[in-house]
Amino acid sequence: MQYILGVLSVIGIEIIATVGLSVFTGFTGLFSLGHAAFMAIGAYTAAILTYFYNVPFLFALLAGMLMSAAVSMIIGFPTLRAKLRGDYFAIATLGFGEAVRVILENLSITQGARGLPGISHYTTLPVVMVFSLLVVWMTRNFIWSKYGRNAIAVREDAVASEMAGIDLFKVRMISLIYSAACGGLAGGLFAHYLNYIQPAMFTSVLSTQLTAAVVAGGMGSLTGPIIAISLFIAVPEVLRVANMWRLVVYGLILVLIMIYRPSGIMGYHEFSFEILKKIIPGRAAGYAGKRGI
Amino acid sequence: MALLELKGVTKRFGGIVAVKDISFALEQNEIVGLIGPNGAGKTTIFNLITGVYKVTGGKIFFDGKDITDLDPVSIVKCGIARTFQNIRLFNKLSVIENIRTVLFREADYNMVEALFRSPKVTKIEKQLVEKAMEYLKVVELEEYANYRADSLPYGLQRKLEIARALALKPRLLLLDEPAAGMNPEESLMLVDLIRKVKERYNLTIILIEHHMDVVMELCPRIIVINFGEMLIDGTKEEVQSDPRVLKAYLGEEYTYVKG
Repeated sequence: MQYILGVLSVIGIEIIATVGLSVFTGFTGLFSLGHAAFMAIGAYTAAILTYFYNVPFLFALLAGMLMSAAVSMIIGFPTLRAKLRGDYFAIATLGFGEAVRVILENLSITQGARGLPGISHYTTLPVVMVFSLLVVWMTRNFIWSKYGRNAIAVREDAVASEMAGIDLFKVRMISLIYSAACGGLAGGLFAHYLNYIQPAMFTSVLSTQLTAAVVAGGMGSLTGPIIAISLFIAVPEVLRVANMWRLVVYGLILVLIMIYRPSGIMGYHEFSFEILKKIIPGRAAGYAGKRGI
Repeated sequence: MALLELKGVTKRFGGIVAVKDISFALEQNEIVGLIGPNGAGKTTIFNLITGVYKVTGGKIFFDGKDITDLDPVSIVKCGIARTFQNIRLFNKLSVIENIRTVLFREADYNMVEALFRSPKVTKIEKQLVEKAMEYLKVVELEEYANYRADSLPYGLQRKLEIARALALKPRLLLLDEPAAGMNPEESLMLVDLIRKVKERYNLTIILIEHHMDVVMELCPRIIVINFGEMLIDGTKEEVQSDPRVLKAYLGEEYTYVKG
């Protein structure tokens, strides 16, 4: 039972990071391969504050978010201002992710590669649930506001957006800061769930997993990436019995998604009961072709 | 005073002179046709006015203000909107969302209110839908409001682009081949629509178009350019009878046939 609750906590934490990244990648159309760095910054900031300075947990989480957001501005300003396109921006974030990890390995306050052991266990399942529901709700609000629509417009057609008076740099920057803050929060929760962090936890493997969840879950969808990251974490756990085949099945799922749902599980749509109604025959009225995001 | 004035505008791409020393002025409420053979530099002139390209030489004034070095976003704010030769809609958004998106300037709420979806946000968003619907009614697209933009037939996508440009509340509207790909019947309806929105929103319009019936129907004044240079700027009667225009469009031999 303890084990299942643990897996659920990890899923909840990763949902926060994934939802944040989905704003940046799925809705604004920019790829990041270094998002684990924002989790790392949030994790270390929050952990150092509670560990060395006895700062209350909530303030430490907030500080982690702010620190991630601040660092995202430092990386975002030169790259987004220069309007680095697609692949180039992804490479820049890849380098950024590695740089952050190396810095953490060499600072004295982070205790280098040894990491920080014995962080207090504040992140319980209810805490995770409250935060992940809050973040999902706020992200939905974000996307349904002018900020979200501007982000989608920039993803759909940058030239037309600019000719409609939308400031590309500002829109991309807001999305980056938002997703970095979500990453920072997830990192802070993660540190106080695991009670131990070290730089090696935040490698490009984690970044790739987050980006894969957004793409496999579906660009321009919020529920899709939530489903995908839950699968990515739950499936290997379920398959622990078939130890040798775990990663094979994991890979198989990705391949199947690519073949059967090339635009992701929920690409450009949201999971809703409307869709269930559509699947159940006789109640299909009124859904056809409506409401894409 | 002229609403838009180009003074000796030149654009060079490396060794190629795309637009050379173009000067003209537009009065308030005028509608001018900008024609010329393919590759003459018509769209480049639009891109220079809207700030997509920076001019190599010359000045552009809008409403007395020098807009030559402004960025595209500031130029939109001055009151210039455009449509595109190859339609550029926000494809995966619905028709009404395409309009609602560009109304963002009228959405007076901040990020915190947006994140917590305060009642104010809900109210403003609802008003935006109503405002967007008004623009859809003008171009008669209200019944398609919830369709995805890329699911519309070509002609309707053109109309939606015009509606989106109108939603920016421009004083000057630049239409880049709005009738491209339309049949004669659709072109006629487009002519009516352009007349209607010009009256209703008190617009000044520059129209790039290859359908001569559309241009002759709408524009009392026509500017012809060829190889980036101004050929003639005159009334449509002058343009229709000018031998240089015929030559530019039909080639050297035409004059021989005629003569």
